[in-house]
Amino acid sequence: MAFTLKINGTPHEVDVDGDAPLLWVLRDVLGMTGTKFGCGQALCGACTVHVDGQAVRSCQTTVDSVGDSAVTTIEAIGQVPQGAALQKAWLELEVVQCGYCQSGQIMSAAALLKDTPKPSDNDIDAAMSGNVCRCGTYHRIRAAIKHAAGV
Amino acid sequence: MGELILKDQVAGQTAMSRRAFLQGTGLLLGFALTGATMESVFAAPASQVVESEITGTFAPNGFIRIDPSGAVTLVIPMIEMGQGVYTSLSMLLAEELEVKLDQIQVQHAPPNHALYANAIIGIQNTGGSASVRAFWIPLRQAGAVGRNLLIAAAAKRWNVDPATCRAKDGVVFDASGSKHLSYGELAKAAAKLPVPPAANVKLKDPKDFTLIGTRAKRVDSAIKVDGRALYGIDTRLPSMKVAAVAISPVLGGKAKTVDEKAALAVKGVRQVVNIDEAVAVVADHMGAAKKGLEAAAITWDDGPNGKVSNADIVKQLEEESKKPGAVARNVGDVAKALAEAAQRVDAIYQVPFLAHAAMEPMNCTVHLRKDHCDIWVGTQAPTITQSQVAELTGLPMDAIKIHNHLIGGGFGRRLEADGTILAVKIAKHVDGPVKVIWSREEDIRHDMYRPYYLDRLSAGLDAAGKPVAWTHRIAGSSVMARYYPPYVKDGLDPDAVEAAAEPPYALPNIHVDFVRVEPPGVRTSWWRGVGPTHNVFVVESFMDELAHAAKQDPFAYRKGLLGHNPRALAVLSLAAEKAGWGSPVPARHGRGISVQFAYGSYTSQVAEVEVAVDGSVKVKRIVCAIDCGMYVNPDTIEAQVQGGTLFGLTAALHGSITFKDGRVEQSNFDTYLPMRIDEVPVVETHLIKNAEAPGGVGEAPTAIVSAAVTNAIFAATGKRVRSLPIDANSLKSSS
Repeated sequence: MAFTLKINGTPHEVDVDGDAPLLWVLRDVLGMTGTKFGCGQALCGACTVHVDGQAVRSCQTTVDSVGDSAVTTIEAIGQVPQGAALQKAWLELEVVQCGYCQSGQIMSAAALLKDTPKPSDNDIDAAMSGNVCRCGTYHRIRAAIKHAAGV
Repeated sequence: MGELILKDQVAGQTAMSRRAFLQGTGLLLGFALTGATMESVFAAPASQVVESEITGTFAPNGFIRIDPSGAVTLVIPMIEMGQGVYTSLSMLLAEELEVKLDQIQVQHAPPNHALYANAIIGIQNTGGSASVRAFWIPLRQAGAVGRNLLIAAAAKRWNVDPATCRAKDGVVFDASGSKHLSYGELAKAAAKLPVPPAANVKLKDPKDFTLIGTRAKRVDSAIKVDGRALYGIDTRLPSMKVAAVAISPVLGGKAKTVDEKAALAVKGVRQVVNIDEAVAVVADHMGAAKKGLEAAAITWDDGPNGKVSNADIVKQLEEESKKPGAVARNVGDVAKALAEAAQRVDAIYQVPFLAHAAMEPMNCTVHLRKDHCDIWVGTQAPTITQSQVAELTGLPMDAIKIHNHLIGGGFGRRLEADGTILAVKIAKHVDGPVKVIWSREEDIRHDMYRPYYLDRLSAGLDAAGKPVAWTHRIAGSSVMARYYPPYVKDGLDPDAVEAAAEPPYALPNIHVDFVRVEPPGVRTSWWRGVGPTHNVFVVESFMDELAHAAKQDPFAYRKGLLGHNPRALAVLSLAAEKAGWGSPVPARHGRGISVQFAYGSYTSQVAEVEVAVDGSVKVKRIVCAIDCGMYVNPDTIEAQVQGGTLFGLTAALHGSITFKDGRVEQSNFDTYLPMRIDEVPVVETHLIKNAEAPGGVGEAPTAIVSAAVTNAIFAATGKRVRSLPIDANSLKSSS
């Protein structure tokens, strides 16, 4: 059936089953490939997007659960202040290696900074431990979040 | 610019052909990777070059093109998978060519063994921590030749002696600095000048380097923080379908029943493809494909491997390892020395099968037509992939086009073409392009695993505790024998014994051999660090056992055996010093040390751990000292030390693939555990600067970390860890 999804401020009409995961609608139907597939079970965070500002795993978020909530993806996170600050910090501290998980890392970090502008190490652990990086960029992810937050 | 957009990444766009690349205008430089063939730098007007002429004169391994616009394009065979190779290789070129790093654009080379083979590994692969080692000389030579030609072209135009001119940031200046011409303006003229032999072109003295050795910015970062970077999985083509795939859970099994009707009833599902070894559901989007695959409710015939179990595999290794193997090293008289030793130490070590679990799951997009096959994939081995597809399809090599992509984590997994082969088999039944994506469960259960190894060691110590005899037998699968048989001579797999055949220590009587044992129903392959990841754990743990038997401090004991090996001694001493070796630690804490020579680099680590009463291990701090000779980018090295250490540590703490009833028992990140941010120890990098030839850094920290950690566990608990992953149950204590 047809759904109208509000993604990065623009409405998009899609005709899929209601239980289709948002991840694949973004990637395959709408061609927004910045959001990554990693595990399909909400275990790795690679597919993290924001729904009304909250970090969610899009691989476990069905299209019919989104309703008219605002979806934000990595492609537009630079337009919110936390996202822009994090992207800048990511570049200044040279966080990325293969880069595949970094969309999800930045989306989780942006949600963290929105709610907790000056996060402690424990706050970072709690918000970021759902995001897996196999290259092992965790030291720099932590440093970049602190750098962006000015702590 | 400062960022990387790869031409053949643009969805739907055909990769630029080599010919088209070569037929641009401006100056074209070709360079070879042998290092020895000093005459091999080749320069020509790009417009006149055709493929046959180039291959007829010499076989360059990479190309540099300088356009009249001033753009510098570097075509290299290595693929970026996070290790920073696009940055480090661009730095080598920029240093000698005298251009700014952001003037260089990197392109993936198309597959061609003859042209792009890596001089160290002999095939067009990215692996073995070999990239900087292979390119160190030839790429700088090519840059220097280019700079000389461009300066000569400017000098000719000004009618002055080239020696009076200088180049900087892509511009040639005359002696006074008042006249200047950009490389773009000079490219066409430079292409008409005679090429100086590379041997006559002086490379910069390392003390004059302005870029090499600096923390230059990565060239691939910007597109990786906003979703623009395109990996193989991001391929999008007109009329492309996507496919979810279920592979027989037992190697060699076949699909028995498939409910095609139920699958086709799912909205968006277009087709069910049954190729026996696997079933694919082809759909408009992956959500539908996965739903269709579930609806297909596939049942399987297990075939001959339905009874394979870890217990049997280990039993087979225990038996086979009692027999002598192919000798890797035999010095002195081990039997005699062992018999006469004052003390004897024996141990058996085991390491498990390991999956790669790269973040980008296996995937491949194929458009197979009658006379042509296009493949979009991220691969570390484009030529091997191309030849395997040729064999499968019967198409000639040049009808198979590999569009290589950034890789979302390689770790050796993408040295294998199995994912592409499976996709091509599926694509044979699909009209138009199809993207096959493995689920995480398929990715973990159908990986090609780092082999399970079982090692038997014996050592004899003299009255002073010095090792006078050392025997080490390694039993396990030979990846090299399958992957690259010419490297295996008389049954000896050089990778399987790397870092075991030649430990860094003075060992007067040493015997090391390898027994090849292939486990049934299990595919084995490369893994980050391969041989040394297993051997260094074993050698450095056993060395720790000897220190203990000799009642000596593990650092002091090693030091006493490294007098002849100053670089190993230096990293060992540096790691110990920076870690505060010998200073008191709290209760339940311990420090462990390890040292290795592998991948052309010397590395030492000290780990500090805390072991709780329940046996759980918390790694607090890792201090790493590394001597990788002359280095290109210390920031990349630090990142590789952090990441490589965590990769090895993850395996030591959590990594194990096990088989039961022919099936892999793990499936996703809840059963094959990755390290997460809240588990990460402090990792410190201390780099030794010297003028030695460059060594690799991508794998060294992965190989060395396990022994440092398990030796620290011994220091904390008195319990020796002889098999991985670390088993908390065995470390429980009563108080």
